[in-house]
Amino acid sequence: MDRQLSFGRVGGFSYEDPFLQGWGKPITVQINQDPKTGAAIESTRAFVYEKDVPFPNGIRHPRILGKKPSAASESKGRINEASEDQGAVFIVREVVEGGVMIPYIENATATRGWLPTATLANASDSQRLHVGKGKIMFVREGCWWCHTLLPEQTQDWQYFGAPPMLGDFNGESPTAFGSDRKGPDLTHVGSRNSSREWMVMHFFNPRLVQPHSIMPRYDYLWGEKDVGGNTIDYDGWRAAYTAYANGESIYPPEVPLPAADSEARALIDFVLNLK
Amino acid sequence: MFKYLFAKAEDIPAGSAAIYFGYSSIVWFVIGTGLGSFNAAKLAFPDFVTGSEILSFGHMRQVHVLAVILGWISMAFAMAMMYITPALGNTKLWSEKLGVWNCFLWNVGLSIGLFGLWMGVTSGREYSDLPWPIDVVVILGLLVPLCINVIMTIKTRRTQGIYTTNWFFGAATFMVIIVFTVGNSPEFFQLTGLTEAYLTWWFAHNVLGLWITPVAAAISYYVVPKVTGNPLYSHRIGHLHFWSVVVFYSTPAAHHLMSAPLPEWLKSFASVEGVLILVPAIAFVSNLLLTMTGKWRMFVENIEIKFTITGVLMAIPLNMQGGFQQTRAINWYIHGTGWIVAHAHLALLGFSTFLEAAAVYYGLQTLLRRKLYSLGLANFHFWMLLIGFTTYWVSMTIAGLIQGAGKIYEVPYIDVVIAEHPYMIARWVGGTMVFLGNCVWLYNMYMTAREGTAIPVGRLPTNVNRIIRGGNYRGF
Ligand code: HEC
Repeated sequence: MDRQLSFGRVGGFSYEDPFLQGWGKPITVQINQDPKTGAAIESTRAFVYEKDVPFPNGIRHPRILGKKPSAASESKGRINEASEDQGAVFIVREVVEGGVMIPYIENATATRGWLPTATLANASDSQRLHVGKGKIMFVREGCWWCHTLLPEQTQDWQYFGAPPMLGDFNGESPTAFGSDRKGPDLTHVGSRNSSREWMVMHFFNPRLVQPHSIMPRYDYLWGEKDVGGNTIDYDGWRAAYTAYANGESIYPPEVPLPAADSEARALIDFVLNLK
Repeated sequence: MFKYLFAKAEDIPAGSAAIYFGYSSIVWFVIGTGLGSFNAAKLAFPDFVTGSEILSFGHMRQVHVLAVILGWISMAFAMAMMYITPALGNTKLWSEKLGVWNCFLWNVGLSIGLFGLWMGVTSGREYSDLPWPIDVVVILGLLVPLCINVIMTIKTRRTQGIYTTNWFFGAATFMVIIVFTVGNSPEFFQLTGLTEAYLTWWFAHNVLGLWITPVAAAISYYVVPKVTGNPLYSHRIGHLHFWSVVVFYSTPAAHHLMSAPLPEWLKSFASVEGVLILVPAIAFVSNLLLTMTGKWRMFVENIEIKFTITGVLMAIPLNMQGGFQQTRAINWYIHGTGWIVAHAHLALLGFSTFLEAAAVYYGLQTLLRRKLYSLGLANFHFWMLLIGFTTYWVSMTIAGLIQGAGKIYEVPYIDVVIAEHPYMIARWVGGTMVFLGNCVWLYNMYMTAREGTAIPVGRLPTNVNRIIRGGNYRGF
């Protein structure tokens, strides 16, 4: 449920996003204030679908959600009242039925009056994760040509974490498992390595943190401006890096922080979210 | 070429479509292998050409794969079909004009699709990377016209039976349409999760199993008897090959997803079917090698036979790998490693490319009525391809075994990357040799069309003689 709600509707070529720019995707937020009343609540993960952002097809599909979760999402979660024209905020909740924990989706816009705009406004920049857009970047930039999202059988599970279960991928498309591994499996990379600073340096130039890496540089995903709105001087950076790589200077140049709406930011959010 | 698009059907010289397809395929081969060599360079030297989205590895890897599959291999297939099908039916191509249009649409459609893919417009599914609107173009503009032309030519044949090759051609052009339509439907219908993953691999497996493998084999069923003058060893084994391909090759898709949470019975079923692929494989290889009886000298002396038999011999390790590497006993070790990359290149660059190259060499000479410009260059091409490919295959197989070992001994991943590095460089060297060999081939075939010694009409088989009108062909 978490996967499909955070990724949004299909991830490859789609009507809302034919050029794979990450348009029309939900934003995942972690809030600790009720967006309507302003009262403090325990930290909650919510999936914000702004106006006209299409919902994942799976959320209303009993086969994809499973019978019981689907029924609970309708009766308790009121997901039938959600409309793409208005947008909606979803959260994942659980209910115990006959001793079994059943997860379901709650349409918080209907049940608690959380409006998408208010919910977004309630989350600071660091509480927003552009996971949906990041998945698009992952697909478009071909990360899956080198990284798998599916641990192999047996030994791999000790090294790269638990294997996926039946139903884990429901509602997700494309699954982008990858078939040819030239780098580590990323299924649970967020639990291995949760350092945003490391990711920023690693994506800008992997050789900064891992001299033997063959991973390409993804500096172009930073766009023109960094987080402070300053124009990034790529040529200058490269020249300084080359000097460092050749041993002419002791420290590598400082890596600019990606802007909030940059593609690099979305990709890092996505990767850190792979837990 | 363009002048024939709107010409009257009678004014189009027979064989034009095949010739255009032939040259297009060679050009796409040069493009495809050039991209491959560039990509390999990026893996060996990650700081080679950086900072540009367009020239990044993730944007070009799939363009290389599809340029080779849909450009080189499939257009060479179309070329072979356009001259072999009529020749075997003792007739003309059903519609030369449709053929020329087909070739035109193929080049245009593929260019648009690959350009989009290069820019990042992808469905994110391996092998079916093209987004579904382009898939519709591929089906309606490329595959359906080809199928109609081939099947109608077979229908209007003037021979009694249908030779094995034409069986394969007719069936494969039809099956590939189904494979494309069903395999890409998850995008259109937005199927998700394991259903999507399964269909992705269903497509990937069957585009090889029901299109590339049978058509490549069918070509050699024509070339070997034709060039050596020996009749095919056994038609019955040919039929066994045909039907076992259709039955066994269409079902093992799940063996690509052995570690996904698919139903266990499906994986076991796929695995058993995968081993059964050895049935068509053995039928094919033995049939052709036995056809060679008494003519083995030609393996050394004749360029077409040299290519074809090398390809057939490569089918042996190919199918041994293919049959067994997908069983659980072996799959867990080598899945997702360079071993598989080596295997895929053994199938496409080894086995199938060598068979098609023979068909293109042979077909273009017959259709243009010109002798090859330079046999020396053709031999050079052969050895560049063979040595380049072997270098590639050996280095990637070793890299794969290293990765497999790293996997089970839980070696930190970066140590695997370091250990693989020399093999990445070797792969780049091998790939570059293939690319350079192909550039030579393009030159050789261009010069053949311009300056190859004309073959006197009387020396040609009568059917070709009859359908080719006019003097020297100057179509392009
Ligand atoms: C050419 C192959 C290649 C491509 C393409 C590639 N990577 Fe990597 N990646 C590697 C290799 C090799 C490593 C291991 C060495 C290192 O840490 O840099 C790695 C490491 C990583 C790590 C650290 C993993 C860990 O276990 O700590 C992350 C995260 C990562 N890559 C994400 C990505 C993302 C996201 C993309 C797409 C934008 C991508 N990679 C594209 C090869 C690649």
